[in-house]
Amino acid sequence: MGAAPASRDVTSYGMGLAVPLALFFLVFFVAPLLQLLWLSLHNDTAALHWGLGQYLHFLTDPFSLSVLGSTLLLGAEVTAVCLVLGFPIAWLYQRVGPRLQTIIILIVLLPLLTSVVVRTFAWIVILGRQGIINATLQSLGIINTPLKLLYTQFGVVIALAQVQMPLMTLPLITALSRIDSNLDDASCSLGAGSWRTFFKIVLPLSLPGVIAGCTLTYAAAITAFITQSLIGGGQMLFMPMYLYQQASTLQNWPFASAISIIFLLAVLAVVSVFTTLGRMSRGYGGA
Amino acid sequence: MAEAQGGRSLVVDAVTHRYPSGALAVENINLDIKGGEIIALLGPSGCGKTTLLRIIAGFIAQTQGRIIIGDDIVDTLPPNRRAVGIVFQNYALFPHLSISENVAYGLAARGIDKATRQREAQRLLDLVQLPTMSERLPRQLSGGQQQRVALARALAIKPSILLLDEPFAALDKNLRLDMQIEVKRLQRVSGITTLIVTHDQEEALSMADRVAVLSQGKLEQFGSPSDVYDRPQTLFVNTFVGASNRMPGVVVSADRTAAKVRLDAGAEIIARPASGALTEGGRVTVCIRPEHLQFVGDETGFAGVVGMSLPLGATVVHEVTTADGSGVKISQARIGETRTLESGAAVRLAPLAPSLANAFPTTL
Ligand SMILES: Nc1ncnc2c1ncn2[C@@H]1O[C@H](COP(=O)(O)OP(=O)(O)OP(=O)(O)O)[C@@H](O)[C@H]1O
Ligand SMILES: [Mg+2]
Repeated sequence: MGAAPASRDVTSYGMGLAVPLALFFLVFFVAPLLQLLWLSLHNDTAALHWGLGQYLHFLTDPFSLSVLGSTLLLGAEVTAVCLVLGFPIAWLYQRVGPRLQTIIILIVLLPLLTSVVVRTFAWIVILGRQGIINATLQSLGIINTPLKLLYTQFGVVIALAQVQMPLMTLPLITALSRIDSNLDDASCSLGAGSWRTFFKIVLPLSLPGVIAGCTLTYAAAITAFITQSLIGGGQMLFMPMYLYQQASTLQNWPFASAISIIFLLAVLAVVSVFTTLGRMSRGYGGA
Repeated sequence: MAEAQGGRSLVVDAVTHRYPSGALAVENINLDIKGGEIIALLGPSGCGKTTLLRIIAGFIAQTQGRIIIGDDIVDTLPPNRRAVGIVFQNYALFPHLSISENVAYGLAARGIDKATRQREAQRLLDLVQLPTMSERLPRQLSGGQQQRVALARALAIKPSILLLDEPFAALDKNLRLDMQIEVKRLQRVSGITTLIVTHDQEEALSMADRVAVLSQGKLEQFGSPSDVYDRPQTLFVNTFVGASNRMPGVVVSADRTAAKVRLDAGAEIIARPASGALTEGGRVTVCIRPEHLQFVGDETGFAGVVGMSLPLGATVVHEVTTADGSGVKISQARIGETRTLESGAAVRLAPLAPSLANAFPTTL
């Protein structure tokens, strides 16, 4: 498709229309970001002495580094769970009648229609010591003592995966629906079974959607302050909460700023890996 | 090698298909196709051509009837085990695979080793006259080239039946003619039994050994191009295949081979009862092709007034309004200085020969 030249034409006369948004971004995003950067370059809490002390502190402190590491890992785990569970849903969506499609879309969108706080509390009810899972397993006699699900990495990953699922499923549905259904038939008539068709045709052609979904899910999962802190509880510390503690509780604004900047750069690095992969895969699917 | 083998026969046995939505797309179709034949499925949009093709390929399970390829009833076989090659209307090339990977795809699915695959893909690309395109992606090819790749890809699996769904619809006129010749050549070389779906009657008549004319899911006629064109069995075939004037009338007398019909336009003519015996006094529609009419000087034929004359290069067409107000077209070869008649001129028209007028009972 001639998408590239067409979109270039559109932007060339659409620049003026972007001015309000650009101003908005300048005032409410770029300016605070610069202030953050300025703040982070001070060695003392009063922000009087310039220096890279905050960054040095973070990068040499094993505790801080472990928080960063576990946050990035959490994002990877949530993204993997969403991809593994979301792909079959998106795939199914392409193959069912219109009525079932509506139901699937509804199920996929439902998490977006309720508040994150409500959804997270629902997970506390499900995962708690006397929660639905433990109660059921105990009444069935499968376990004697309740499993620890809440305040664990497992609990956080599962809850986040459910909360962020639409961000994965929707791009996947879009990508899969852009694949000409004749390609499936062509593959099949050439003698390929369902698995070959899936791995050789469907998966490669849906790669742009996979990458878009992964980027969104990843970015949302590692910054999901509410779910991370409520399900993770006090035992598990991730970057957003760490940052909040430093800023709000300890009033150490320069260090909190440095944490934000480092976190921002780490996320940008991961996202740019995704987008690079995406650009490479765009070689496909254009026809 | 498929190129040498004779191609297998294909029998469509009383096939009916009703979509879950309730639409009756194909109704009691019977086709008996010999190995190596080229068959055209001809019919207007929505008559069930694609549905029938997809049933043969195995993408749709028909509601009733059987598909028999060679000696095997294939109804329970999935598409990947029917050895039916199909070229889709939009080609459906895999956009992320190179041309040679596209062509070799079916061979890979059969577990054939890479070297053999590449050699075979190259051989087929040579065959469809695209020897230098193997490393390109499909979107870097023109429509006609993509189409040839699709053909090569379908041929690569050495199918026993080749199905082509409106293969030339997207091509411009010259390229279409080239491709028609090309496909016919490849079909002759390979001897693969081939079914071409088309709604272009010229394409059907020029390419096929036999033509199956469909209308609203039903088979109207299945015969050689000259049968279908010269001896149409139904009013639909007569008017869909080639242009035809339809003139209403009443049967004066009839036997098995000829009927005398009094046209509403005001003349008695002899016509051929095209779909079986006619009853005296019954209403009929007489079909006469524009090129089978002539101007006559005597009192035979029917009278009319010339409306418009269209000099169309090799032929001249006159539009004549008859006494009952209906329009009739007459087409003449332009030989030397064929005169075009003035608008308003009074003329008389008659068929060139009685066998060239076909009478069909008017149903209603
Ligand atoms: N998936 C479907 N579900 C329900 N009805 C369908 C479906 N596909 C086709 N039909 C109907 O079946 C009839 C035959 O369709 P088909 O696609 O076979 O026509 P066609 O002869 O190939 O037409 P065209 O020349 O436009 O391609 C049409 O009336 C169509 O509306
Ligand atoms: Mg069709």
